[in-house]
Amino acid sequence: MSNVFIVFQDNDDSRPIIEAILADNAQAQATYPTGLVKIDAPGSLVVRRETIEELIGRPFDLQQIHVNLVTISGHIDEDDDQLSLKWNN
Amino acid sequence: MDTPVLKKKLGLKERYAAMTRGLHWDTTYQPMDKVFPYDKYEGIKIHDWDKWEDPFRLTMDAYWKYQGEKEKKLYAVIDAFAQNNGQLGVTDARYINALKVFLTGVTPLEYNAHRLFAHVGRQFTGTGARVACQMQSIDELRHYQTETHALSHYNKYFNGMHSPKHMNDRVWYLSVPKSYFEDACTSGPFEFLTAVSFSFEYLLTNLLFVPFMSGAAHNGDMSTVTFGFSAQSDESRHMTLGIECLKFMLEQDPDNVPIVQGWIDKWFWRGYRLLSIVAMMQDYMLPKRVMSWREGWEMYIEQNGESLFRDLARYGIRKPKGWVQACEGKNHISHQTYAVFYSYGAAAAFHTWVPEEEEMAWLSEKYPETFEKYYLPRWNYWREQAKNGNRFYQKTLPMLCQTCQIPMIFTEPGDATKIAYRESDYQGDKYHFCSDHCKEIFDNEPEKYVQAWLPVHQIYQGNCFKPGVDPTKEGFDPLLAVFDYYNFKVGRDNLDFEGSEDQKNFAAWRGDSVQGAKK
Amino acid sequence: MTVELHAREIQPLRNTFTHTAYYVGNDRPASRYQEATLDVQPSDNFHYRPTWDPEHEIYDKSRTKIKLADWNVLRDPRQYYYATWTIARARQQDAMESNYEFVQSRGLVAKMSDAVRNKACEVLMPLRHVAWGGNMNNSSICAYGYGAPFTAPAMFHAMDHLGAAQFITRLGLALDEPAVLDAGKNDWLNAACWQPLRRYVEDTLVLQDPFELFIAQNLALDGLLYPLIYDYFVDDHIALQGGTAVAMLTAFMPEWHAESARWIDAVVKMAAVESDDNRQLILAWLTTWADRAQAALSPVAELALGNNGLTALQEVRDALDMRCKKAGIVV
Repeated sequence: MSNVFIVFQDNDDSRPIIEAILADNAQAQATYPTGLVKIDAPGSLVVRRETIEELIGRPFDLQQIHVNLVTISGHIDEDDDQLSLKWNN
Repeated sequence: MDTPVLKKKLGLKERYAAMTRGLHWDTTYQPMDKVFPYDKYEGIKIHDWDKWEDPFRLTMDAYWKYQGEKEKKLYAVIDAFAQNNGQLGVTDARYINALKVFLTGVTPLEYNAHRLFAHVGRQFTGTGARVACQMQSIDELRHYQTETHALSHYNKYFNGMHSPKHMNDRVWYLSVPKSYFEDACTSGPFEFLTAVSFSFEYLLTNLLFVPFMSGAAHNGDMSTVTFGFSAQSDESRHMTLGIECLKFMLEQDPDNVPIVQGWIDKWFWRGYRLLSIVAMMQDYMLPKRVMSWREGWEMYIEQNGESLFRDLARYGIRKPKGWVQACEGKNHISHQTYAVFYSYGAAAAFHTWVPEEEEMAWLSEKYPETFEKYYLPRWNYWREQAKNGNRFYQKTLPMLCQTCQIPMIFTEPGDATKIAYRESDYQGDKYHFCSDHCKEIFDNEPEKYVQAWLPVHQIYQGNCFKPGVDPTKEGFDPLLAVFDYYNFKVGRDNLDFEGSEDQKNFAAWRGDSVQGAKK
Repeated sequence: MTVELHAREIQPLRNTFTHTAYYVGNDRPASRYQEATLDVQPSDNFHYRPTWDPEHEIYDKSRTKIKLADWNVLRDPRQYYYATWTIARARQQDAMESNYEFVQSRGLVAKMSDAVRNKACEVLMPLRHVAWGGNMNNSSICAYGYGAPFTAPAMFHAMDHLGAAQFITRLGLALDEPAVLDAGKNDWLNAACWQPLRRYVEDTLVLQDPFELFIAQNLALDGLLYPLIYDYFVDDHIALQGGTAVAMLTAFMPEWHAESARWIDAVVKMAAVESDDNRQLILAWLTTWADRAQAALSPVAELALGNNGLTALQEVRDALDMRCKKAGIVV
């Protein structure tokens, strides 16, 4: 199965997003190239707003992830509650 | 007080549709074909623009908010960097030369992208596509401007960065990125998106903005890494535009598949050739190495590309024709490209140098099959020559590939000892190419590629002198006249790093600051 | 003392780029606007002709009849580059969010009479499409104009128009059900009073000369439409009848119009001052398009302001003529 990935700048804003992704995607793996956090997951990966909100204790607009997002792979689907990446193979 | 009637709340998708597609109407006072005249001549058949998927649904309110935040952060870093003379904190002044290549080679492309995305952002009949392209147009302007602002500080202290726009329009090696991008800009709108958004941004730019920018961080250049990652945060929207456009074309009509496949073949190869320069920067111009070109290629192109093309197979799309050869090239192109710049070091506006001992060891380790076998002996020879006061400079002008415009430096598939040459005849003239793929690109559209402004031909034809220069005058030095046309400051911008003004200044500035700190 | 030593000992070799210094000198650092904008568009040795327009180069001065020795004279007095533009708009956006909160927390929409609310929707909803035309036309000006000082603000202006269209959309969703948007579109397509304006907008969509388009869209049409709608209709008419919410939720538009008018006037002035030929061209375009725009807006003015509509429109036209006079174009 193909991996999807999502990469963020490694900073404090990204922390809860990373933690949420690792909590919601059991097979996701994080690595830390200089300045970055790269999360790989087989087949698909989901970023959930609710999980982030639980971690930060306040409302979070998913579109905020644009500020620190560096790159992605896979097909993307986004609504108010979650952003998902997946390959159809 | 009355209980307010609860209005129907629209979800992100419906709200976005109301905010964008809902604005469109089919014109009747002017025919639609006249309002949108450019998106049919390429032969791409679109039956229903409503099937276009909007990936990231940013309306202008969110766009301004988040982009404004990004800009505030970025300029805070750029300001701090300048105020603290951050340029003195980079590992070594050799590193600055990668920035010179970036500023003169890459930054002008961002400007072109801005203008051409305005064009397609006006011309696509489908509203969803138009809005996405328009946002990309201002994003690209952002990239042009933030790169210019971040690198402006370096220009104040180092040579070779003073005339990026002027050089990009004239200098021989810069015609490689210039012609690449102008090729895309002069294509129809669907091919433009396939070229820039899919082949370049989706498939290839990770290699520039991710490992190279990590490299900048590793080399102490906080300014560059900040604009790099900040630009890349827009890139995920751009990449998504690329893949969505591609899927849209493939889903709309089976007749589109062969056209799109042809474009993928062409633009993968064009982009791959262009990235030879990035390969060189990655392997040779970062004093502190972070990841080899080959490792970056494997991580971002091979693994990811395999997944992508497995996914696209259901539409009848296969991997680009040049795939296997490009994957073989991962072991060679950085070495071949840097060698050509080293040998043409008198004719480039940045410095080159022989890699140091431990750098050679790193290259040997990263390229176990090829570096010691093919490339190390030449470096040893050149190093010996330089030591004896005989630094090698190529004095003749190279033959260029008619398509990618890179000198003929690349080797035959399967034989790294033999330079590849190909040729085609067209209307009584002979044209030369570096590879089967560049030849095929020409053969498919010769009427386009014969127009190429090939720098070496132009020099020989006398078109690369400043106005008013008289080549018949006694003592006329054509090479110096060409450098003058390029705005090169001979002896400051060019030649070896060893002995350069950059090297001396950097050492003096750092030395002074150390003394200052001791007082 | 280290800092001072740094400052003294590390002297820059140059203060800015050569092409920037050509305009602003090299004796001091250039501004960010200048480095971001002046002479940055590629101009020489193009490789291939556009397959979509083989008569021209990618960037080509001959797409317009206006002649300028140097297109870099068309400076934006606001000195916007991307960062200052986005940050300015983000600040305005914040203000609009506060307005939304204010309107919602005080229940101001519910306090409006149905008649006022319906009138506001009837007049404003079709204007989403006018703004969308402005977006397309400014994208054209950016794509086919010459020189970054002229084209970069055009792209900002295109996105501002999209922002305006979205503010109107959001207003519709705040005042009424989503169907109000469809009703506005239906009027735009079919109601007799909107047809002259729709014809005007569609005719500008096929204009080929980017400078003529600039005059027709940014000066003639928007120069009449924005004061008519946001000063006369929204501020003076709707707000006085209990429709403050509408004024608050469209506050961006008049503010943006006043700000961007400075840019538009400066462009016209600089182009006109260069030659009498330019001045005559601009005058001819302006006369044609402003007369047409005034005619096309007449039924809209009457729809919005009833019997006072045409008087208001004439006042707006007189003000536009004064504006043009200051920019060196006497109608």
